[in-house]
Amino acid sequence: MASKLSAAFRALAFGLVALFAASSLPALAQQPTSVNPTAQSVKEEQLLQALKPGAPVAGRISIPDKQAANLIQPGRDWRAFNQETLPRLGAYSLIGIAILLAVFYMMRGKIRIDSGLSGMKILRFGALDRFTHWLTATSFIVLAITGINVTFGKIVLAPVMGPEAFAAWAGFAKLVHNYVGFAFMAGVLLTFLIWVKDNIPSAVDVQWFAAGGGLIGKGHPPAKRFNGGQKIIFWSVVVGGFLLSLSGWHLLFPTAESIEHVQWQATLHGTTSFVMIAIIIAHIYIGSVGMEGAFDAMGSGEVDLNWAKEHHSLWVEDVMKGKRPAGHAAPQPAE
Amino acid sequence: MARMKFLCDADRCIECNACVTACKNEHEVPWGINRRRVVTINDGKPGERSVSMACMHCTDAPCASVCPVSCFYTTADAVVLHSKDLCIGCGYCFYACPFGAPQYPKTSNFGSRGKMDKCTYCAGGPEADGSQAELDKYGRNRLAEGKLPLCAEMCSTKALLAGDGDIIAQIYKERVAKRGYGSGAWGWKVAYKETVAL
Repeated sequence: MASKLSAAFRALAFGLVALFAASSLPALAQQPTSVNPTAQSVKEEQLLQALKPGAPVAGRISIPDKQAANLIQPGRDWRAFNQETLPRLGAYSLIGIAILLAVFYMMRGKIRIDSGLSGMKILRFGALDRFTHWLTATSFIVLAITGINVTFGKIVLAPVMGPEAFAAWAGFAKLVHNYVGFAFMAGVLLTFLIWVKDNIPSAVDVQWFAAGGGLIGKGHPPAKRFNGGQKIIFWSVVVGGFLLSLSGWHLLFPTAESIEHVQWQATLHGTTSFVMIAIIIAHIYIGSVGMEGAFDAMGSGEVDLNWAKEHHSLWVEDVMKGKRPAGHAAPQPAE
Repeated sequence: MARMKFLCDADRCIECNACVTACKNEHEVPWGINRRRVVTINDGKPGERSVSMACMHCTDAPCASVCPVSCFYTTADAVVLHSKDLCIGCGYCFYACPFGAPQYPKTSNFGSRGKMDKCTYCAGGPEADGSQAELDKYGRNRLAEGKLPLCAEMCSTKALLAGDGDIIAQIYKERVAKRGYGSGAWGWKVAYKETVAL
């Protein structure tokens, strides 16, 4: 049955082909005998001019790798960014923040607890708070070191270590960077979930900034659980961390997308990371050597009551009145 | 010393892909990697042209510039080579290359990249010329044997030219003058910052 049917189809198909061939015969005969192959030749120059700036010159290819169909693609701009703009941006941001902090330290010194230690402690950050902070912090530091190595390693380390040792370290650093990235993504997500409700900007923050935030000038403006400066750090980490995660995720699979897209992701990743590193260095400074009693908040989780009253007066009032619990306890899920 | 270049005469290329096959066979290139490929522009339209493309061994190569471990080097013949011992498979040369030459073998299920592989102009790598280690990592070193790249040597229509830049440019110019047309030296402006005046 099936074979009969297919035989019938074959006969029909043959008939149709014969019909078409017969109808197109006169047309063939009318074609000129000599063909000018240059009449519509593809000049490379014309093709490049006709293209949108930055678009690749692409064609058809018979191998499975479809990206190989791009004959000539943009690349020189990204090279200039990667070799000139990014190292300059990195050097300016790292040296700039170091100078800024050194000047600040010399002028302001270590910010002391004005009323001295009370000897009484208040829980500021519970186990979940501290876990989130240190997950994000340690992964960020590892990523920053292994990332800076990509930009500055060959300038600074390679001449000292020699090419073989430096390549071995850079290869290890790349692996570490690729895997630790996921810990950082988790840290940023947790950061957002557990602290966003205390980081909504409010009128208190405006007053805080207007009063110099206790950093410039005398006295401490009132603040809730997080002051204006901390909110800036929070939103920098959330927004910067999101951009780094997104671009980093794309850079893990560079052959999966177009070259312009990958170049753009690499540009975003490099730029964001140097801005973030500068912000986080300032954050590390004020959380350690820059301010008496600040480190305890993320160290033991318990801060001196006088420190809390000076820096987070409204939050202390809320806790004292029992309006809100102190830091997140360990078993509590993120809200 | 010669300044080695590739020139593909697109008006002669018939997209037979023999250069691609010869390259893969000569160097035992890993599965999934094509050091050379043939791209057809305006496929099926009047003025269709095919261009055989590989690493162009650029002057002031962008891959070498962006490499974070400086694994690239340029030989006395101006061939751009790299050391697979130093390469960390980061992918930066791939981002910077205008010709899509650098490729990476997949080494794990998570798409992680192995050492970069690209056209060596049949000139091997940093290992001793003709050694087994060089053959395993980079393929055959024909240049050391006094031979030109196989892709160009066995091109049936002599579309793909390899050799000293001045000589192959002269050959191409003479062809264009004789037949009266030529679509240009593909990629030369990007790779060498100069093109063949026709």
